[in-house]
Amino acid sequence: MIMKEKLNRETIAMRIAKEIPNNSYVNLGIGIPTLVSQFTSPEQNIIFHSENGVLNYGSLAEVGEEDPDLINAGGQFLKPTIGMSFFNSADAFAMIRGGHIDISVLGALQISVKGDLANWMIPERGIGNIGGAMDLATGAKKLIVAMEHTDRNNNPKIVTKCSYPLTVPECVDLIVTDLCVISVESQRLIVKEIAPGWNKDEIQNLTEAKLLFDNNITEITL
Amino acid sequence: MKPIVTPEEAVKEIKDGSSIMIGGFGGSGDMPTNLILALSNSKAKNLTIISNTGGLPGFGLIQNQPLPVNHDILIRNKQVSKIISSFPVSPSPSMKNALEEIYKEENIIIELIPQGTLAEKIRAGGAGIRAFYTPTGVNSFPSEKKETRLFNNTRYLLEEWLQADFCFIRAHKSDTLGNLINKGTSKNFNPIMATASKVTIVETDEIVNPEQLIPEQITTPGIFVNKLVHRN
Repeated sequence: MIMKEKLNRETIAMRIAKEIPNNSYVNLGIGIPTLVSQFTSPEQNIIFHSENGVLNYGSLAEVGEEDPDLINAGGQFLKPTIGMSFFNSADAFAMIRGGHIDISVLGALQISVKGDLANWMIPERGIGNIGGAMDLATGAKKLIVAMEHTDRNNNPKIVTKCSYPLTVPECVDLIVTDLCVISVESQRLIVKEIAPGWNKDEIQNLTEAKLLFDNNITEITL
Repeated sequence: MKPIVTPEEAVKEIKDGSSIMIGGFGGSGDMPTNLILALSNSKAKNLTIISNTGGLPGFGLIQNQPLPVNHDILIRNKQVSKIISSFPVSPSPSMKNALEEIYKEENIIIELIPQGTLAEKIRAGGAGIRAFYTPTGVNSFPSEKKETRLFNNTRYLLEEWLQADFCFIRAHKSDTLGNLINKGTSKNFNPIMATASKVTIVETDEIVNPEQLIPEQITTPGIFVNKLVHRN
């Protein structure tokens, strides 16, 4: 069997960038989400927040120009940008927990049909990191998940019920994978867009949870 | 005037069983590295460390620069019996930090706390707020064995304050009264931890006379500071 081509990580990030309204305050998690900032334009006036205490970071610092006092929560070094502000961790999370962040983009290990998010621990490891994910998934106005549709062994990550410990139940609004775009609506998963070359059956076969397909389903466009 | 001491003098009064908040998010710019090094050369053990990470050697690493010192070294030295943190281990399971390598055999207790709850517990500890309600953690591991309460049909979790015997924090500039300024993203946990411990020890690049600081730029007022250490 020839393996069909899935979208790469950059394309997932590019599709998510399209989802962000102008003038939004957005927090990007570790992994694919961090790539999203590369695909928005200055005209959109999107302000990126990072929970280590910075608003309005733009491009990343060039190699050789890293400043240890200009970093985001993912450990990326930032370029000094006009309009930046710095604050302490309590204020950084007041922005998240107080409902001031419009969109949070996070990665996931599993998502259930109800939009439950599991992203902090693989049980076999016995130990995990929670970081800001639980606050973001609880406090942000909209939660978008960026992830590969299946794990490395092709096991479904979109499942009927999460077997991994939950981060937050019923919190995911939109899932963008390397195969499709899924909207979570009233505990149902509705596929809105499909990657070029893939069909409904193939995507359902790589998904444990029951998928519904929008009547106006389209190919993913960027 | 706040006493200006060496890192070795600053850690002298830290005894077995002390709790220590360590500021910084986890990167090379924001950690009080000389204080951590001095503590690693002391005999204090059974320490409780409260810090954002569990000591990540590779976080925020600049290419071709040496690995920054952080509390990973205290764990590797077996001086730590408990760690309270939001990000205790490496994001990559294949790159274990000292904590992940030894926590089982050394019986190190790991208390995992969502980062915003950790920050708020520290803020509350410094502000005399005994406990607070938050929606973060409801229906997940933080709510196990904790009290919850409904407000307008939404469930909230009761979280208690966090205080410590000592804290090590980082500043870029200090005056002799202990007023502090942090650069860029290196505020993070430093200003709030300064409020929540009995003895706050600051590692600072520069110590100047009070007239050399601009009052509006001060991120931590000297009332929260006990001792100053020059970073060199």
